[in-house]
Order: sequence, then C-alpha cells, then structure tokens
Amino acid sequence: MAETEKTVKQVQQEIVDEFSAFGDWMDKYEYLIELGHSLPVIDERKKLEDRLIKGCQSRVWLDSEYRDGRLWFTADSDAIITKGIISLLIRVYNGRTPEEILSADNSFIEEIGLRENLSPTRANGLLSMMEQIREDALRYKDR
Amino acid sequence: MIRDIEQIRSFFPYLQSADSGGRTLIYFDNAATTQKPRIVINAVSRWLVDANANVHRAVYGLAATATEHYEAGREAARALINAASKDEIVLTSGTTASINLLANVYGQRYIKPGDEILLSEGEHHSNLVPWQMLCERTGARLRYFPVGEDGQWDLEAAEKILAEGKVRMVSAAHISNVLGIVNPVGELTALAHRYGAHIHLDGAQGIVHAGIDVQSIPCDFYSFSGHKIYAMTGTGVLYGRRSLLETLPPWMGGGEMVDTVTYGKTTYADIPLRFEAGTPNFLAAATLRPAIDFATSVRIPQVHKNEEEMTEYLMRELNSIGGMRIIGSGGKKVPLISFNVEGVHHSDIATLLDKMGIAVRSGQMCSEPLLNKFGQTGAVRVSLAAYNTMRECEAFIAALHRVLKMLK
Repeated sequence: MAETEKTVKQVQQEIVDEFSAFGDWMDKYEYLIELGHSLPVIDERKKLEDRLIKGCQSRVWLDSEYRDGRLWFTADSDAIITKGIISLLIRVYNGRTPEEILSADNSFIEEIGLRENLSPTRANGLLSMMEQIREDALRYKDR
Repeated sequence: MIRDIEQIRSFFPYLQSADSGGRTLIYFDNAATTQKPRIVINAVSRWLVDANANVHRAVYGLAATATEHYEAGREAARALINAASKDEIVLTSGTTASINLLANVYGQRYIKPGDEILLSEGEHHSNLVPWQMLCERTGARLRYFPVGEDGQWDLEAAEKILAEGKVRMVSAAHISNVLGIVNPVGELTALAHRYGAHIHLDGAQGIVHAGIDVQSIPCDFYSFSGHKIYAMTGTGVLYGRRSLLETLPPWMGGGEMVDTVTYGKTTYADIPLRFEAGTPNFLAAATLRPAIDFATSVRIPQVHKNEEEMTEYLMRELNSIGGMRIIGSGGKKVPLISFNVEGVHHSDIATLLDKMGIAVRSGQMCSEPLLNKFGQTGAVRVSLAAYNTMRECEAFIAALHRVLKMLK
C-alpha cells in the first residue's frame, strides 16, 4: 500500500511503532541520521531565501508543490538530525490534501520521544517546519 | 577558606542533581550564565520574606533593610572592580542594558554627525547593535578594527583609525564570548586616551576570567552582568568614571531618578540614581554581594591551576581531531573555546551531546558578524566555571568522539 493510501494517522502510528523498537536514544538518533542521509533533497534552485525557515539554528529549506489537489514537499538542511526529522514530516504529509494536513495533529512527535525538539528554542525548529507545512496547506485550501 | 574544587562543587545544588537515569549532568555553558551557589539561593528566598520592600523610598524598617541590601550589592560591585566610589556604579539588568544605557546617554551628550565610534570586529551583538542604532540616530559613523586569523586584536590598525582624529568612543570586549582570548585592554585604553577618545570595555566575559581594576586600567566605562558571576539573572553594572558620568543626561524618566518634579519641569538626581528610573530589580541586585563574595573566594591558586590545565587539555584534545577548526586559537586563552568540525553541523554536535547529559552552546552566540568573518554560520562552544573539573573535560572529549563517529 502506498503511503498516501493510508491515513495520516496510520503513517504516524507506523513511525511510532518503528521508534518503539529502539532500545535507547542512540539507536533512535542513529536512525534519524540515516533518514537524514536518505532525504530526497530539494532542487538547489529552490533553496531560496523565502523558503528558508526562520527560527532554526541550522538552515532549513522546505519547498512544496501543489499537483492534482495534493501537496508534495522537498527539503534540505545543513544539519543531519534536522534532515532526519524533516524526512519524518515529509513521510507523513507528502501527497496529502490541504484539508488532511490542516486537520492532522502532531502528537506522534511526542510519542516517539522527540518531545524535546518541540520547545521553541530548539535548534532544529521542528515547530517552524510544521508551521510552514500548515501555511502551505492553507494557501492551497480553497483552490 | 576554600580547599579544592570538590568543595566548591558542594556549594551548588544543581551540580548535586542528576537526570532521571541517575546521571550527573555536565554544564559547559557558563559563558551564557552560571549555576547558583546555595549562598545566593538562600539569600534570595530569605530576603523575599524579610527584606522585600521597595528601595530608596519609605522610612519604615523593612524598606531600610531592603535598601541596605541593594546598596550592599552596589558596594560589592565597586569593590570587585576597584572603582573609586560607589556613585560610579550604575545598577542595570545586565551587560546589554548597561551598553544600551551608555550608548543612549553618551550619544545624547557627545555624539554629533560625522563623529566616529570604534569597535573591534570581535564584538557580540550587545556591544554592536546599540552603537549601530546610535549611529543611525545621529549620523555618526561606526568603524571596526580587525581581529586576526588567530583571534587577536590588530592594535596597529586601531591606532591608524584613532589617528584620523574622528573617533569619540571606543567600545570593545575585554574577552570575546566566542574567541575566549584576554584582549590587551590596557593598551587599547591608553591608545584611545592618547587620541582623545573615551573608552568603554564590555566585561561580560572579562569579569569572569580576567577581572579588572578600573584604577590601574583607567577605562572610562566598564560593563558586566551579575548572573555570569553567580548572582541572580537581571543584574548588571555600568561603571562610569565620575567626572564623565556626571556629565551624562538621564535616559529613562520616572521615579527614583529625580530631584524635584513640578508639572512644568524636573531636576534630576545625582549619579548613580539618575540612571536608575523606576523600581529596580532590587532583590536580584542584592545578590551581587553574596555572589561576588563567593566569586572572590574561589579566586584561589587551585582554581586558576585547574582552569589552565583544563584549557590546555581541551585545546590539545580538540586540536587532535581531524577537521577541527578552533575559532580564536592565539593569545591568552581562557576556558572558553568555540569550534567546528569540518563536514559536521554544530547543532548536530550539541544535540547529541545533550543526549549524553552535556550542555554546550551551539549557534551564532549572538555574534553573527564575527562568525561570518571566520567563514562560519555558527559554532559549538564550551565554557567553564570554577566548579568544572578535569574529569568532566575528559568525559566531554570522550562523548565528542562518540558523537563525531555517529555523524561522520
């Protein structure tokens, strides 16, 4: 089953299950680093100032395309853990309709034990990334 | 009499605490703020009960006690930097507030269009933005003298700019919060005065690792924060030489800073109260006394020796790591080291160190222009205090190797 045939909740639950298999923080972060390395990167030409997410210690670019009623994301960051975290978000939200994105919650981030990444001062700016995804969804909502 | 580092550690409840896994945490972000010793924590909780009344106003006993504590904080700050008089000590909320105050009142009185203000390239935002704002307001020009590749000042270049004769004020860090090098502030002070400029030294880090005697290094202004030397947050000092401070107008208006007020006109209080409008953070300021007493009591040979050994050890071990770039490698180094490892992002290093219970700073450290000058978008910084140990440094180095193995 392709990811988009599952609901947002189902994909989030899959991620939670994967993470629950890790014994300690090190395995978890090693996995995030691995995910970071495999993130399909954004087209260099799209690394524009206005797609640079503010509030991150590392530089994060997130770009979206709207095709056939769905949003598709690409991203990049100069920090690998940040890339790993974005890849989780992209896995959940890629190919979703704006409505699906706007009605989703992100409690799975807490469930996989990355809650500390949600605090507003955190270097990787997970909150800002989620906000950007929602903003993009909002932009295409009534089209 | 303090015997050794272990005894110093015993004064800090935080250093006795552990995380949920029973692991003792290593705190290496002392340049941002220090942990607090019990003597400060206890004083605050006691004063909240028995000395909490607004200062410099009322006649009742409680208010008198509060005022005594507040003024004792001022006296402790005076003694720490050997100012000639307690009137030269303006209490502020921190270094940033001190410099903003100074840039405003000095600017009002002395800066005209075409004047110049000279900074080093090694300044953090607190000693840069207020001057930039002043220049925008007044039409003055901001200039910078260079910092070399190894982080040391180029005083010859500073002199050339001063010799042009337009610089009114020089403002520079005693120790940069990124480079960790004790700057030749005595020489810069002499240079500034030789060319008729005033000089302010930003002592946010200098007060911690170098100390200053404002009579032997006769700078015109010196600012520092209390919370980096064990006092409560919200404490700071602007020292100003009396003959100059007295010529400066007030900035914020309100209670406490006045002499007489009518509906038509106000005359202002003498220094230092002229610059302390409104209710000050008097409980925090009062902690300057126990905090400075403590900071002074740990200025002992064992602590100096330990800091030197830790600095040397960290520099050696860091330098042995492939792709290591230490920002600020030259001169008289204090235990404050910023670095990057090629191909690895500083925030990744700090994130993983945090998972191992080690708190270090990463990012721009409020010094974006300086880091950009060194071709960096940020860095990792370790900064130590009197309570840190060689064992912690060894644990940090081991953890860093582990982290780099994960990231490379």
